[in-house]
Amino acid sequence: MAANAVLSPTAKRRPVSWGNPLTYALALAVAAVSIAPVVYVIIGGFRTTPQIVADPAGLPDPWVWDNYARVLTQSDFWRQVFNSAVVSLGTTIGVVVLGVCAAFVLARYTFRGREVLYTFFTLGLLFPAGAAILPLYLMLRDLNLINSYYAVILPQVAFALPLTIVILRPFLTAIPRELEDAAAIDGTGRLGFLWRILLPLSRPALVTVGILAFVTSWNAFLLPLLVLGDASLHTLPLGVQNFSSQYTSDTAGILAFTSLAMLPALIFFTFAEKQIVGGLQGAVKG
Amino acid sequence: MTSTNPTLDLAGGASAPPAGPRPARRSSARAAQTRRKWYEIIGLSTPAVIVYVMFVLVPMGFAFYYSLFRWRGVGPPTDYVGFDNYVLAFQDPIFIDALRNNAIIVFGSLLIQGPIALGVALLLNRNFRGRALFRLLAFVPYVLAEVTVGIMWKLLLSDAGTVNAMLESVGLGSLVQAWLADLDVVIWTMLAVLTWKYVGFAIILLLAGLSNVPQELNEAAAIDGASWWQIQRHVTLPLLGPTIRIWMFLSMIGSLQVFDVIWVTSVPAVRSLGASATMATYMVDNGFFARLWSYGNAVAVILFAISFVAAVLFQRFLLRRDIEGAITRRAN
Repeated sequence: MAANAVLSPTAKRRPVSWGNPLTYALALAVAAVSIAPVVYVIIGGFRTTPQIVADPAGLPDPWVWDNYARVLTQSDFWRQVFNSAVVSLGTTIGVVVLGVCAAFVLARYTFRGREVLYTFFTLGLLFPAGAAILPLYLMLRDLNLINSYYAVILPQVAFALPLTIVILRPFLTAIPRELEDAAAIDGTGRLGFLWRILLPLSRPALVTVGILAFVTSWNAFLLPLLVLGDASLHTLPLGVQNFSSQYTSDTAGILAFTSLAMLPALIFFTFAEKQIVGGLQGAVKG
Repeated sequence: MTSTNPTLDLAGGASAPPAGPRPARRSSARAAQTRRKWYEIIGLSTPAVIVYVMFVLVPMGFAFYYSLFRWRGVGPPTDYVGFDNYVLAFQDPIFIDALRNNAIIVFGSLLIQGPIALGVALLLNRNFRGRALFRLLAFVPYVLAEVTVGIMWKLLLSDAGTVNAMLESVGLGSLVQAWLADLDVVIWTMLAVLTWKYVGFAIILLLAGLSNVPQELNEAAAIDGASWWQIQRHVTLPLLGPTIRIWMFLSMIGSLQVFDVIWVTSVPAVRSLGASATMATYMVDNGFFARLWSYGNAVAVILFAISFVAAVLFQRFLLRRDIEGAITRRAN
């Protein structure tokens, strides 16, 4: 239940032991399959293209930093990182603010049509967001938003709302009614209750939906591909794609660029993994 | 931690003044209270509703409208052609290929990722030292952007690429393929890349589901003499049912609209021959890059209709129990 994740410390520690060798062998195999290609790309960035052509599966000999240096000193990479950051942060803020407000209404108010409204939002989970991309492009064009950050942020907020509300609602519902009554007796209205009690208590869920929205937006490709024709607005995924098709023969350069593009997501996820899994726990069976 | 941002930023969203103490008066006070409640409900939910309707629902409506015309994307559409664009799509062998490829990806993903993810999740749910690290590593492919994954595999799988070189060096030279150029092979290559990329998502969901299985049940079964395998089969798996079905649902919807990995990994020429096209790449190729707007919109409607029917059928026959319990359960 979602409530566990918020309110009660469920951590009942079991003794951690060394598993049996078979467990480790299998776990190592899983890890190898997952990261071998990634490691290959990162190491490949330290080789020269002739080295790679001569022996695609070899190690760097000698190690060269030139590829990474080239990518980092060319201004495109940093500008693309900046664009990705603006778009992702904008999306995250938008999703969390709009999602919390809607989920709060759906969780803590009793009114006619509430379930209709909820179903209306969950319908979005059935929508392949990509399916409406052409008319979306036409609409953004008519609104004069093409080639602006808004053209990516606004639709991404809309795409992420259904999942956000589905995850947040059970969390907000699970906060005991007594807290709300106590707040009311102390003279706090429902909005004050939302701001001072509900939000701090549902921080784990907020962080989860925030991270999901951020990562989805950071990785997004199709929407930016269509609406960000202006190269100075390109996000990182577009940059990687362009670099690889522009410098086809510069394999080492592509590997270096790809590695650097992977890095932010990897670092971010390393810190956020527990939050994502913990937050989904509520969504899966909440 | 990076994660404090979303919470802090909420200030903008909820800065409305808190309601004062409620006057304990009769009907007029009550009416005022009801009115205030409705103001709050409408005020809080309207922004989300507007953004959602405007950028998700309205475009879908426009897609259907545009698809009924022959239209170049400029000015209001006037040349009404009824359902001609739909007929054209189903007469195009490339589109039929795209449909077939989507079917391969939908069923292939379910059949291959499901068992793998279940096995890995059970493995990583065991209690052993270093488990957290192994979990992290298993999720890596899922976290990476589709585009970087696509470019990575494009390089690895090229004719003179690493995969072929490694096959040669371990004496499996007979398996060397034109992974991305052979028209009969490429869709299976795509399925393999997609499996590598998305199996981590299934693992994350299943691990989350597993952590909801009460430890007491396993312990009780163990006391009764059940082996680890028996516990997994007869206690854990049945309890994991809802999670598995939700994953199947999400995987199916994702497979129907798959675009990024295919677009980046496979060569446009191969795609345009239908060998690796999906409905989504077909739609963008024709609708956006070839500027056949109304035709592309017809494809969009078909893609949407297929996803919608699949989703409704799935809900009807498989998800109903879970939905009743989990997603649409009434609050209080």
